[in-house]
Order: sequence, then C-alpha cells, then structure tokens
Amino acid sequence: MSPHDTNVAALEPSIPLIAPGHTYTTISDKVAGIVVTEPQPKSWKFGILIGAIGVMILNTAVIYLFYKGIGIWGVNIPVGWGWAIINFVWWIGIGHAGTLISAILLLLNQQWRTSINRFAEAMTIFAVMCAGMFPILHLGRPWVFYFILPYPGTLTMWPNFRSPLLWDVFAVSTYATVSLLFWYVGLIPDFATLRDKARNKVGQWAYGFFALGWRGSARHWFRYETASLILAGLATPLVVSVHSIVSLDFSVGIIPGWHTTIFPPYFVAGAIYSGFAMVLTLTIPVRKIYALEDFITQRHLDVMAKVMLATGLIVGYGYIMEAFYAWYSANPYEKFMIYNRMTGPYWPAYWALVLCNIVTPQFLWIHWVRNNPIVLFIISIIVNIGMWLERYVIVVTSLHADFLPSSWGSSVSWRNLRPRKTSSWPRKKSMTRATSRSMRLRLFPWTVSRKRLGSRRPDFL
Amino acid sequence: MSIEFLDEQKPIDFEAIRAKLAAGQSPRYWRSLDELAETEEFTEFLHREFPAQASVWPEDVSRRNFLKLMGASLSLGGLAACSRQPDEKIVPYVKAPEDVIPGTALPYATAYSSSGYAMGALVTSFMGRPTKVEGHPTHPASLGATDLFAQASILTMYDPDRSSTILNSGRESIWDSFYGALSGRVDAARLKQGAGLSILTETVTSPALANQIKALLTALPKAKWHQYQPASRDSAKTGAVMAYGEATDTQYHLDRANVIVSLDADFLSSGPGAVRYTHDFSSKRLANADHPEMSRLYAVESTPNNTGAMADHRLGVRPGQIEHFARAIAGKMGIALAAGTLEPAHEKWVDAVVRDLKKDPKSSVVIPGDNQPAVVHALAHAINQALGNTGTTVTYTAPVEANPVDQLASIKELAGDMEAGRVDTLIILGGNPVYTAPADLKLESAMDKVAFRTHLSLYDDETSRLCHWHIPETHYLEQWGDLRAFDGTISVVQPLIAPLYFGKSSLEMVAAINGQPNAAMYDLVRDYWKSQSTAPDFEHYWKTTLSDGFLAESKFPDKLVKLTADFSKQPAVANPPSPAGTGLDVVFRLDPTIGDGFYANNAWLQELPKPLTKLVWDNAALISPRTAQKLGAATNDVVELAYKGRIVKAAVWVMPVQPEGVVTLYLGYGRSRTGKVGKGTGFNAYALQTSDAPWFGSDLAITKTGATYKLATTQTIANMNDGLTTRPIIREATLEEFKEHPDFAQEMAETPEKDVTLFPQGLKDNNYDGNAWGMAIDLNVCTGCSACTIACQAENNIAVVGKEQVIRRRVMHWIRVDRYYKGDPENPEGTVHQPVPCMHCENAPCEVVCPVAATNHSKEGLNDMVYNRCIGTRYCSNNCPYKVRRYNFLEWDEFEGESTKLQKNPNVTVRTRGVMEKCTYCVQRINKARIDAKKEDRPIRDGEIVTACQAVCPASAIVFGNLADPESRVSKLKTNPRNYALLGELNTRPRTTYLAKVTNPNPELESGKA
Repeated sequence: MSPHDTNVAALEPSIPLIAPGHTYTTISDKVAGIVVTEPQPKSWKFGILIGAIGVMILNTAVIYLFYKGIGIWGVNIPVGWGWAIINFVWWIGIGHAGTLISAILLLLNQQWRTSINRFAEAMTIFAVMCAGMFPILHLGRPWVFYFILPYPGTLTMWPNFRSPLLWDVFAVSTYATVSLLFWYVGLIPDFATLRDKARNKVGQWAYGFFALGWRGSARHWFRYETASLILAGLATPLVVSVHSIVSLDFSVGIIPGWHTTIFPPYFVAGAIYSGFAMVLTLTIPVRKIYALEDFITQRHLDVMAKVMLATGLIVGYGYIMEAFYAWYSANPYEKFMIYNRMTGPYWPAYWALVLCNIVTPQFLWIHWVRNNPIVLFIISIIVNIGMWLERYVIVVTSLHADFLPSSWGSSVSWRNLRPRKTSSWPRKKSMTRATSRSMRLRLFPWTVSRKRLGSRRPDFL
Repeated sequence: MSIEFLDEQKPIDFEAIRAKLAAGQSPRYWRSLDELAETEEFTEFLHREFPAQASVWPEDVSRRNFLKLMGASLSLGGLAACSRQPDEKIVPYVKAPEDVIPGTALPYATAYSSSGYAMGALVTSFMGRPTKVEGHPTHPASLGATDLFAQASILTMYDPDRSSTILNSGRESIWDSFYGALSGRVDAARLKQGAGLSILTETVTSPALANQIKALLTALPKAKWHQYQPASRDSAKTGAVMAYGEATDTQYHLDRANVIVSLDADFLSSGPGAVRYTHDFSSKRLANADHPEMSRLYAVESTPNNTGAMADHRLGVRPGQIEHFARAIAGKMGIALAAGTLEPAHEKWVDAVVRDLKKDPKSSVVIPGDNQPAVVHALAHAINQALGNTGTTVTYTAPVEANPVDQLASIKELAGDMEAGRVDTLIILGGNPVYTAPADLKLESAMDKVAFRTHLSLYDDETSRLCHWHIPETHYLEQWGDLRAFDGTISVVQPLIAPLYFGKSSLEMVAAINGQPNAAMYDLVRDYWKSQSTAPDFEHYWKTTLSDGFLAESKFPDKLVKLTADFSKQPAVANPPSPAGTGLDVVFRLDPTIGDGFYANNAWLQELPKPLTKLVWDNAALISPRTAQKLGAATNDVVELAYKGRIVKAAVWVMPVQPEGVVTLYLGYGRSRTGKVGKGTGFNAYALQTSDAPWFGSDLAITKTGATYKLATTQTIANMNDGLTTRPIIREATLEEFKEHPDFAQEMAETPEKDVTLFPQGLKDNNYDGNAWGMAIDLNVCTGCSACTIACQAENNIAVVGKEQVIRRRVMHWIRVDRYYKGDPENPEGTVHQPVPCMHCENAPCEVVCPVAATNHSKEGLNDMVYNRCIGTRYCSNNCPYKVRRYNFLEWDEFEGESTKLQKNPNVTVRTRGVMEKCTYCVQRINKARIDAKKEDRPIRDGEIVTACQAVCPASAIVFGNLADPESRVSKLKTNPRNYALLGELNTRPRTTYLAKVTNPNPELESGKA
C-alpha cells in the first residue's frame, strides 16, 4: 500500500475530522478538482456576477466620494467618524479568526484546524484588504494619505508617533504582510499539486511559478514545516496585538465611552468572535455547494461554535463591565454615556447589539444547535451584524453626546451615518465580500490538501 | 489639396418630386425635400454618420498630404507664438501712491449707519480693498466695539446679488436717461410748487442730506418728505412729547445706575445706543474680590431677549401687561394717574422693585422698550423724574433725527395720499417700504396710482419691482456722507472704495432733484461742512475730521426738561387699557440677525445663530412649551396664523423662556424678491403687521396645518436638565454667595494639579518660551449678542455652509455662543450665554491623536493648525472635549461669488476641502504685533494684540493677552477668584478660561427667581 492510499480517517479513529473512506488521493482529487477540473456550478457564476456588480457600485461610490469630498457622507462635527471607521474595525476583527486558526491552533497542535485554516487565512487576507481601504476613503484629503507613512522626504516631517492612527498603520501593515506570507507558504505544496494536475499550459506555468519548484522531497517538507512554525510564532502575537492597537484608537481618546482600559482584551475577544462567525458564514454554504461535508464535518462546525460561544461570553462580560464601571466610577460623563447608550436616541442599536451578541450565542450551549448547519449559519449572520453594531455603538453614541451639551448632535438617530447620495454604500461591504469569496474559491484551493493534513505527522511520509 | 465643403447645393427639382409622388413611389412622410428628391447630397448624408466633419477631410488623403498639413500646422503654431505683444505700455509706480503699502492694512475712519444713527468705525483696507470693520475706539456709540450688523455690512458691499445697474421698468438704462425723466417730473411739479412730489426716506440724521432735502422743500414748498423704517422708535418720540411737550431724545448712563428696570426694553441689543449701553452696563457688572459691587437689573419682557437674559430678575408677561407694570410703578412713586391692574404675584414683585428703586435715588433708571406704546415711555419719564434720575442716569438732548416725525403716521399719510391719487411723483431713497410697511396700508396696490416711481436701493427688491426706475445705491463703504450718533456726535462717512457698480447715494439723488445731476458726493458733503464751519483753516479742519472719523465735542448739550403740567390728564395717560385677555397675543420684533429684512441676503447673518433660539436661515413663530402643549404643536410644525383677517403660514419654534400665551414673530424673512442667499428663507411676518398696533396685539388664532418645515439650529440640546446639572459647565452664584465664598467657581469641580504628571516634573511648562497667550471670557457680562462670531468670520475667512449643512451640523464658526437655560425645562428661570472658542489647551487632546502632526503646540502655547499637513482624519475633532474644531466636509468656497473673494483677509489662508480648522487666537494679529515689536526692539505690549472677537465685544467680556506678564490684563483676570477652566477636571489645562457668572438678586424676592 502506497502512502497515497492510506485511509486518512483511520489515522485518528477517535476524532472523525474526515469522513470515513477517504485516502490522500481522493482528497487531492476532490480538492484540486474544484479548482482544476470540475466545471464551476452556476451559482459560482452568479456569485461572481453579483460581486462584480457590487464592486462596480463600490467604484462609482468611491469615485464620487473622491470627487466631492467626505461631505457626501453623514459624518458631522460631533460624530466625526462613521461608516468608514466602523467598517475598518469590523473587517480587521473578522480577519483575526484566520490568524488564530492558522497560528495559535497550529502551535497548540489542534488537528481540526486543517480543514478550515486555508479558508480562514484567505478570509483574513480579503478582510484586511477591505479593512485597509476604509481608512483611506475616510480621509478628507486622500491624495496625501502617504503623509501618515514614516518616509524620509523633503518636508523633513515625520508622522506623529503618539497617534494611535499611526500605530494602526504599522499594526495593520505588519498583519497584512504576515498573513499573506503565512497563507502563501502554506499554499506552496498545494500549488505544486495543482501544477501537476493542471490541464493547460497557462495553469501549469502559473501554478508552477507559485509552487517555487516544489517537488515534495523530505528536505522540502522539513523546511516547509520549520517556516510554518516560525511564521506561526510571528503571527501569534499579532492575533493579540492588532486588535488591541485598533482598540487604542478609541481608548487613547478622552471621550466617555472610548476612554477605557477594558478595550484591548475586549476587542480581541470580539475580533475572534466575529471572525469565527464569518468563517461559519462562509463555510456552511460552500460546504454545501461543493459537497465538502466529508472534509468539513459536523465536528468542525461544533468546535467553531464552541469558540464562538466562549468568545461571545467574554464580549458579553466586556459589555457588562463597561456599564458597571460607568456606574461605579461616579463620573457624571461616563454615567451619562452608558445611560444615553441605553435610552438615548441610539437605543435601538445598543439593544440590538445586546440581542445579537449576548443573547443569541447562548443558543450555542445546546448540542443540537451546534450541529445544525442552518441554525449555525443564521446565528453566525446575527453575530456578524451584532459585531458591526458594537462598533457602531462605540463610534457613534460616544461621539454624539460627549462633554458639552451645546455641541451634541443628537437630533438625528440613524441619519448621522446614512450616506446622502451614495446609497450603494451600505451594500458595498457585502458585495465585496461576495466577490472576494467567489474569487478565492476559483483561484485557490479552499481547504487543506492531504499533505497539509499530514504535515504534523512526518513519520507517515 | 482638394477639400470640398457641403456648402453648395443643387436646386431641388420640384417637378421630379411631383412626378414621383404622383407615381406613388415616394414615402408619404418625409424628412426633407432633399429626401424626396433623392438628391446626391441626401444620399451622401445618409451614408455618412457625421457628414459635415467627415467631408472636410479629403477621401484620398495621402501620407504625403498628411505630412504636409502637419508640417504646416507645426510651423504656423511656432510662428504664432512669436507674434508681437500689443503695444500698450505698462507703467510701474514711479512714485507709489501715498499710503498704499502692499500687504499692510490701513484703517480708515468712517461711520456705519445703524438704522440711521452713526456707529463710528475703523475699516481695514488692504491695497484699496476693505476687508474688516472695527469699532472706532473713541466714538461715543462704539468705543471700539460694534454690533453684528456693522461687522456683517462688509459682506453686503461685496454681495454679488447687489443691484448693479439702473433699471427702467426692468430694462437696463443710464443715469442721463433717468435724469431726463426725473427733471421733466420735477419741472412739472415746480409749476405746482411741488405738489404731488413725495420723497420717502428712512430715518435721516445726516445734516448734509437733511440740508439738501430742506433746500428742496424750500424750493418746492408743497412737496412732501416722508420717513419710514420699521426700526423707527416712534413711541420714544411720541412719549417724549407727551411727557415734556417737545421732541426730546433720551440718553441713559448705565455706568451710573445701580438699579435698572427694563420695561420690555432690549437696550443691550437694539436701538442706536445699544453698543454703548452694553459697554456702560458691563462696567457695573465686573465683580471681583476687591470690588464686589454690582448693579441690579430687573426686566419685564414680552418676548425673550438678550437684556432679559442678563437680568437678575426676569419676568415674562403678555405685551399689554407692560403698561400696567409702568402704571403700577408710577403709582407707587406717587405719580397721580390711573393705576395698572396686576396679578397679586406681580404686585409683590413690583413692590420689591419700587422699594429697591427708592433705596438709591438718583442712581436708578427705568428704561421703556421701543416696541411699547408711547404712554409707557411717558410714564418712564415721569418715574425717572420722580426718582431724581434726570441729570445722572438719564439725560436729555435735542432730537438727533433731522426731522423727528412719527414715521408710522408719515407712511400712513403717504399711503393715503397715494391711494387718493395726490402723489404723482414718488422718490424712495433707501428702504424697502413695499415689503416693510404694515400690511393694512396696502402700499403695493397704492403704488399703481403713482405716475412716476423711483427707488434708490442696494438691491433690486420688492419696492424696485414696483417702481419705474431703480437706481443702484452706493454702500456706505463706497460713499461720502455724514451721520449723527445717538448722542448727536457727527461722523463723516468716507468711502473705502470707489462704487463697485456706479451707484448713487441719497445725497446725489436729492441733488439731482434739486437740479444738480452730476454733483459729486464728496463735494456735496464738503461744501456743506464748509458752509457750517467756523474754523479759520477749513482744509485743516476737514482733514482732521476725516482722519479722526468724527467731530469731537459735537454731541448735543444736555437739555433741561420738565414734565408738562397736564401730564396725567392726557387721554392716553388717564385711561389705562383693559388687562390683557386670555387668548394668544402676538408680538412683532425685528429679527435679531437680519434686522428688518435688509440683511436677508447676507449669508453671514443668515447663518449666525439667533442669540436665544440658535435658529439659522429662518424665522419661526415662537411659542412657550405650555402654549405648544395646548395647541398640540411642536417645533417644526407648520401652523396657520390668523390675525385681523390676514393669514400667514409659519413654522413653530417651542421656546422655553417664552411668556405664556405670547407668540413672537420676527420680521424680515419671507422676502419675495431677494438674492440667492435670502431666497426661500422664513415667512413674512410683515403680512400680519398692522399700522394701528404695529408691535403687538391680541386675538391671534393658530391652527395646525399638519405639514412640517425643518428648521435649522446649531444647538439641539436646549436645557441643562437630563442629569446635566452635575456638569460644572456654567458656574454661577449670587452676589451674596460670592462675597462669602469667592472661590465658589473653583470649588465646583476638581482641577488636577499642574505638577501631577508621569513625566519628569514640569516638563511641559519648561517648553514655553517668552510669551504665553491666553484668554479670559467673563460670563457675567456676555450678553450673547454674537457679534464675536461675525467678527471672527470676517477676520478669518470662515465659510458659510447653508441651511442643509447646518442641519447636518457642519457649521464653521470658530467661536460659537452656547446658550443654556437654567431650571425647570417647562419654565426656565433664565438664560445663560457662553462663548466657546478654541481653548488652546496646554494638554491638548487633539494634538496627541493627529497621525500626521498637523496640529501642534507652539512655544507660546498656541494650538496651531497646519492646513497643508492636515489629511482630514477628523480624529482631533472627535477627541476635542469642547468640539470647537471645524471641518471642511465639502469645498465650501465653491458656493461663493466672485466679488466676495475681495473681502477675504489676505493674512489668513482660505481653507480647502478635507481640512480641519479652528480658532487660532487670531495668530495673524499676533504675528503682526510680533513683527512690529521686533522692528522696534521691544517686547509686545499688553493690549497690542486684540483678537477679532475681543475687539468687537461691546461688553469687553473677552480679554486676550500674555499670561507670562503678571501685569497684563488677562493675567490679572486669571487671578480673579471667579476664574475657572471649562472641563478643567479633564486636565486639558485650557488657556481660555471663564469668569463665573454672579447674579445680584434682590433678597426680598426669592433668590434667583422672579
């Protein structure tokens, strides 16, 4: 029996991470087949179409934005930040699940990650791309965005190293780089597989180019393993640091509702929470459409739901502590802030957030819910919405009524954030997501190949 | 080259067409005759998509031809570049004109006309381009300050919507044609000794103009001179006649008054002496630890105003009640007349007031409101006489107006004459009577009965539309003239710039009627003064007067007056009106920011939040919360106001300090013919005003229409409620409390100690070098007039954003005046104003968070904004606890006219889209003083730098200076125990601090409450 015919499921009889009966060959055939041989289902074409339309609308909105200025949005003087920053934080948070799965779970030797890690990593890359777009869009003068970079220029002017926005630049760019490398290094053996299976010259050449001459020798595998571990080691602190730094955008400010030390851990937990929700949102339909139930089993869903439940509880604790400290501090501004969140003009957002992020995940205590893909999918969508609302509440309700009542801008509730002319704006993010998802599926293998699966077991090769 | 053009057509062969049609071969519907004839050209046309262009290019273009053509184009293009410039010699200044120094501002003395009365001004001019109006430091009506209208008047001069040409029935015309028409009319009138010739002016205080008009009336004795303007002060004039039997002007000396009673008088913000009165009033309110004495102000008001907001005891009543208050006070003074009817609570109030007035004879004053009937004025005169105030707090002079008439009677007479056909030539000099005259005079329809109508005005407005001739008027910054101030002081109005649109002044118009069509304004004024002057060297006298801006010692001497013997027997005095009813009363007032409507097209004034409502771009029907509840109406609801058979629709504004049952309507909005700025703003309250009771009346009916109209305001949160009382934003105490605890303001919040820092001790303080700029704002004297906002706008090139953007909360003012109500939201005790510019925090939250270091701290403690560096993240504004940063969400300057660009201060950058901006402490003025001081090798003197807001403040509430100099005014104010830092508990360490408010309530009346 050649190693290629090993029954993979039998390797780990106690953990059914792969449906029984699969061999490395069948896994390879199935996974690579989606990319190389099988015709794409109609739904893929439809998805790409919708996504492409969405991107066109996005482009129109962005061009109009650059032409007219930030005033086309609803941001104003008490509420200086709106959609752009909310989306930025939301997308960055989503990315975290990918890094967590690829880095921390790798180091912790969690086998179940292998079915979903590529997926999650790719999600991270696209999430960071989406996130990176918003800080530039929200600038008043986007054409001089590079002022924020520390470059030696004739202005002899450095950026302000005290500003959290500058830390964001470093944090996010580092994160994007490491995530990209991690993803790419992990893909090298799979590119080699695709190169070997490709049916045309272009495919062979392109996949071959990215496979960097991979031949699967033991030395290759050894180097590959080492590189993966080093990158995992590098990426692990990023899981914690990136969203901590993003949270400092708020906690460094002195605005009630922003100025709080609880933000870094609470943002990290929230990031992982929303990230896993997004992985589920993407996984469940794809698993169905491409018939991948054998590789992404109920057990995967179950484990991800548990992570969501755990992080959801941390987030809930964060909300409760926020309210508690506002009361306990006896600071009139803090007290008013939390009171205003709960009862002020933005109360629907706050209570919707509590419903989405605290109440909904409690269903995940139930075994049946964790194992029902449809219910899980719905919950994951609710959590995604809830996490977006969390950023909305933090950004908007804190700003709209701060210290001096004279400058409060509370007369409008939702209008403050609603774009004026570019009505496509709110839809944009889902559009980009749809596109990115489709692109990802088509161009890159969505999940692990046999070699990744076996990578923690070199003795079998 | 053979290039054919499609210009030659063969004649159409109609015979052939007919033949074809008969044969039934042709289409029944055809596009052209060419088609029918199937000419060659038409076939060609069909074959080519763009026949005209395509045919220019030859079909058979060859490579050789192409190159030839290109070569020729190239060489011709080159040759064209070598063409000779036109032979017009440009001559540089060999000797530069005197006074013009590029980049240096020159102030010229002139006078702004505030409803006809002079307010001395120094106008800054850059190379012949006036940019900013400042008060005249020694002019009695100004003392260096101005009101907001004077500040904004400069924008009106540059208004692109100003009328720019003479119009004859809407068609452009020229002065000579007009004069031809006019002289014909005047010659005809001369035969009738002027009968049928009427001149309508606004209030005239100008001696030269009055002299011209009088000359005209001498020549044409039957011609009539009428005067009308909404701010006419008729009741003051009539009241003086009732009391003293002769025309007399009253001047108040509030710096000598210990007890002041205002009977619906807004003496701090309206009337010709308001700026001076504010100054004098403030001088008695600057309490400090050593001199805690303060005057006490009682105000009875029928509509909330700035004076009431400053009062120690304010009482909001129905407008008709004011007379009863006056009678009650007079009765208790021992003046025998029919007493007023008061509610018991008010009776007690009046008792206390009277005891207070009597306590301090000769140093109290009772001031009647211009919108109250003449009898209230007469009673106030009697009360002041009884208190012995004459000669101390109240003085009398001859009338300042050249011809003090009851203007309402005057316009009534004119309207009657017009209606009866007795007027055949009407010459309207300034004003907009068709719009501003009370509705029952029906001036609009009466105009038709006048054969020859002429209107001189800055705008082609409602009145111009109904006149045969419209003559563009010169703005006061373009004209020569003279004016008297409220105390009679004469100013010479000298122009800062040649008329932008070849307009004419009233003087020139009257001269034209007098047969001098081409008399220059300059000569008219100068000749008049030459004839009046007794100075031996007139040239010297004239030059000194021009440079000083006014004639010193020209104020009217005090006049001795005595109550007429039959004072209490006059019918108006003897018969009190019945007490006010229970229905809704209506009160008409001139709008606080656009006046009588003249400033409707002034964007600065339109966007200036009205001091009490903070409304912008509209007027509204002000009603009290309880009235609103009764009517079931809320702010923004459109209601129908029915009054004396006339109906107007207006939006409701629920106003917390509004007296119960009183609806206030501000005049000046709803203009039907104005420029781009004023178009579509507000509703026209003049349409309800009648001449029998122009300022208030009863039996107004309100019905809801169900529609809504979005009003724009800059401050949405009105009250200090909502658990906000715990916020020590406004710090206030009574005088008694202040004497006991002078440090009350500091004790209201904990400010972190300066040396509590994680950094090595004193790190921040050591960074400061030399000067340390700071500001102190005295809340005790700020009346909320908002002139500072406009002055800042003029000085710092601040953009106007328009109503929609204000609703989106994107207003750009660098200094705003916050308004808070205190007490019960339904029935607040009073109103407090707080001007908020940038605080220039030493620990500025904005500076830390800017990623590109676009906002930095200067060595002198300024929080500088570097526009070039700003990328517009808006993080600084988010982190500013005072929210004083302003952001260019769009390219605001796109909306500006070409001519308003001339108003811009060349020393201040005009900001572009996407950039944050905010108060700079007028850094351009600091730098100018620094340069001057360096040239003279001396330190900058205290008072040398005056910020725009400080300069304009009539109350001197704002003081700027060097904190490093312990002798500077601002340093001394900062040691005043009332000094506190707004939100100092955040450890922002603001350089702008406030002096807490101290009120001086009468202990007899419940403290703080009426």
